[in-house]
Amino acid sequence: MYVLSIDRSIIDAIVAHARRDHPDEACGVVAGPVGSDTPTRHIPMDNAARSMTFYEFDSMEHLRVWREMDDRDEEPVVIYHSHTATEAYPSRTDVSFAGEPGAHYLLVSTREPDSEEIRSFRIVDGVVTEEPVRVVEAGVDPHAVQSYMFGQSPATVDYECSGR
Amino acid sequence: MAIEVRIPTILRSYTGGAKVVDGTGDTLADLLNDLDSRHGGLRGRLITDTGTLHRFVNVYVNDEDVRFLGALDAKLSDGDSVTILPAVAGGAFGFAAAAAISSHSAAAASRHGAVAVR
Repeated sequence: MYVLSIDRSIIDAIVAHARRDHPDEACGVVAGPVGSDTPTRHIPMDNAARSMTFYEFDSMEHLRVWREMDDRDEEPVVIYHSHTATEAYPSRTDVSFAGEPGAHYLLVSTREPDSEEIRSFRIVDGVVTEEPVRVVEAGVDPHAVQSYMFGQSPATVDYECSGR
Repeated sequence: MAIEVRIPTILRSYTGGAKVVDGTGDTLADLLNDLDSRHGGLRGRLITDTGTLHRFVNVYVNDEDVRFLGALDAKLSDGDSVTILPAVAGGAFGFAAAAAISSHSAAAASRHGAVAVR
């Protein structure tokens, strides 16, 4: 069974992009290391169609970004776009054009002003399969025993090796 | 020397999984015929029944979109690199767009054809 695991900060950036371009559809990619199935690098793309009902990557930006991924041994792990007046479910157009069988197709609906619907799909040979989205909290390794303190200095520092 | 052609994931079933193949030809049309002789069916995914490039397939010679180089008449030289990318497109406008694509795929394919439509 498929699942999309994606960092909270990337989801936030995608939603911000979709809100910024609303009511036009927004689109983009999240690249990740080849074979990792892990989206790590958010790349907002221009919607060359600048439309409320259609999106299309600009052909030159598409080439540049795909080359860059190739050079970095990355692949498009997530391809996302927004629907601005309808639900976050692939339209027939989305299914017709889905050309990256290995990608997670993430849809964000911005039709509600205060909340976003975020859903993810595999689209292979015209068949749509929804998958769960698992949001991972940013930069936290669940196996590490460590806490972070941002913007302040700890009052005391207790290094593990100092307690003699 | 030959022309290097970069094949997108979705079309690698025609190249035995190869990401890059070599071909020859003085124009893009010649190159696609040459490729089709070894990778049967590939040309049909890129060119419509009326003999034009599909609207939603991007083909580049080196760093240029072939639409600005004469499309299928684009001139090629040994050592050129050709990249094929299926357009990333879609959107909520499902019914009209999909209907237009399926009903006019032959007649108006140069405007509305799609690589993944069956």
